Amino acid sequence: MAEVKAKKKSEVVRVLRQLSKNKLAVLGGIIFFIEVIVAILAPVIAPYDHTAMDLMNINAGPSAAHWFGCDDLGRDIFSRIIIGSRYSITIGICAIAIATVIGCAIGAVAGYYGGWVDNIIMRILDVIQAIPGMLLMIVAAAMLGPGFLNTIMAMSIGTIPGMARMLRAQMLKERGNEYIEAETSINCSTFRIILSHLLPNCMSPIIVQATMGVGQTITLAAGLSFLGLGVQPPAPEWGAMLSNARAFMRTAPHLVIFPGLAIAVTVLALNLLGDGLRDALDPKLKN
Amino acid sequence: MATPVIEVQHLKKYFPTPRGMLHAVDDVTFTIEKGKTLGVVGESGCGKSTLGRTIIHLHESTEGKIFLNGKDVTRLAGKNLKAAREKMQIVFQDPYSSLDPRKTIDSTVREPLVVSGRYSKKEIDEKTESLMELVGIDERLRMAYPHELDGGRRQRVGIARALALEPEFIVCDEPVSALDVSIQAQVLNLLKKLQMEKGLTYMFVTHDMSVVRHISDDICVMYLGQVVEKCSSKELFQKPMHPYTKALLSAIPSTDIHNPMKREILKGEITSPVNPKPGCRFAARCPHATEACLQPQRQEEVSPGHFVTCCRVHEVN
Repeated sequence: MAEVKAKKKSEVVRVLRQLSKNKLAVLGGIIFFIEVIVAILAPVIAPYDHTAMDLMNINAGPSAAHWFGCDDLGRDIFSRIIIGSRYSITIGICAIAIATVIGCAIGAVAGYYGGWVDNIIMRILDVIQAIPGMLLMIVAAAMLGPGFLNTIMAMSIGTIPGMARMLRAQMLKERGNEYIEAETSINCSTFRIILSHLLPNCMSPIIVQATMGVGQTITLAAGLSFLGLGVQPPAPEWGAMLSNARAFMRTAPHLVIFPGLAIAVTVLALNLLGDGLRDALDPKLKN
Repeated sequence: MATPVIEVQHLKKYFPTPRGMLHAVDDVTFTIEKGKTLGVVGESGCGKSTLGRTIIHLHESTEGKIFLNGKDVTRLAGKNLKAAREKMQIVFQDPYSSLDPRKTIDSTVREPLVVSGRYSKKEIDEKTESLMELVGIDERLRMAYPHELDGGRRQRVGIARALALEPEFIVCDEPVSALDVSIQAQVLNLLKKLQMEKGLTYMFVTHDMSVVRHISDDICVMYLGQVVEKCSSKELFQKPMHPYTKALLSAIPSTDIHNPMKREILKGEITSPVNPKPGCRFAARCPHATEACLQPQRQEEVSPGHFVTCCRVHEVN
């Protein structure tokens, strides 16, 4: 059994090795990794309290004391972005994690059973997808009320249909393979077939989609906060910071630039990583 | 006479399609004795594979009865179905898609034992090892993945998996047609060896006449879901009676220059299996067809153990 484990690990090693050949993906991975570390250690790293107001420095530009300057209440923007990474990255990861689990469960059932089960599930998802994503999230956020947890919920509701659809398509493709019949003939339970055989074979595109989805969700969550439906002040969520800063865009552009950069860099890093993962997970590129 | 391992009576399997009922298997009856091999031949789409899958309960039969060791196993559920499935296994045609690409060879062979829940971890280890040895897979390949193996080895893995639960009856669904000729013989010999050692009963589905001749005791020839001729392997090659069997055999290339092949070329296409008309299904392409062929046909025992479904069998031969 030790050998089996060693071999299983080598599958992960293989993907990582393949990934390491892609310089951009490595860059994306490193940036995101640093951001996660920063988010975890945020209170230690942040040079100022993110709610502390310094009325002498209202809208002050970048300086040695305040690297990214101060906002309209004299709060240190650098500290706020660092603390804000906790909100933004948590929203991104949690929303996608929830959406992936639920979406995969729905997609697996639809794809495996097919027939009327599939039809009903797909028509419901059609209805959800017929509503533009942003609108759906706004409606969800409005119904649930603004707030951190509700933002996560709203984000995941919007992402579930895409995930479910993608997994279903993969399932339909995999289900036709003879090994599924073989599993049936050795009395594998449906649950075991789906969990232990079909899902692992369907996961590659889901992993890629999830990685890129985190970036998209951070953008969308920022959008939601920008509209005042996401995380509420004084929490320094990046989108909320942007929303707050738009009044000062002309007089103090750094209020917009730095949170905007934080979002852009994170999304870019995740997209690069996701692109690289897609290539690394493709079995046709096996060396 | 001992109870046959497998007995199939008037088995039917219809699939509903938008255009009507597709008669994939239509009124098939046969028995297979313990340790024997029944070859099932016919062209693509004649229902050979469906027949095999229906017998081992991968498809539910529409009508008819299936007996396993004399016990009716046609309609089973739950525990009884699982017990029956363990006795009846299948080896697939495509050795690539029949193995989970993300599982090692070891875990594929091990799985039936784990799922059955009857064995301790140690017993499973031992059994897996002896299965690998039995089908001739090197120890060093145990932790390999299917894509690292060639077709013959992959097929051996499929055979090991089928044997894991000690079945009595194995459906071989064109197990060698996806392999190189040199590998075909190896796999066929392995199947024969296993049959002798374990007293296995095979139903061997194929469209390759030379393979079926090599491995079968009895042969049944199928056309559009129906058995048109059934007899011992020797007799079929010496004295084919049904016009379709004759055409099929005439397509085997001859290597004897004094006796070159006289190919009977069939005209037309295979008729649709959706809502077929009563009467001989081969009539549309048969060179000997008459009005009588459009009536429902009866199976006739023309000589002991030789069954033909053709109303003109005496006139044609």
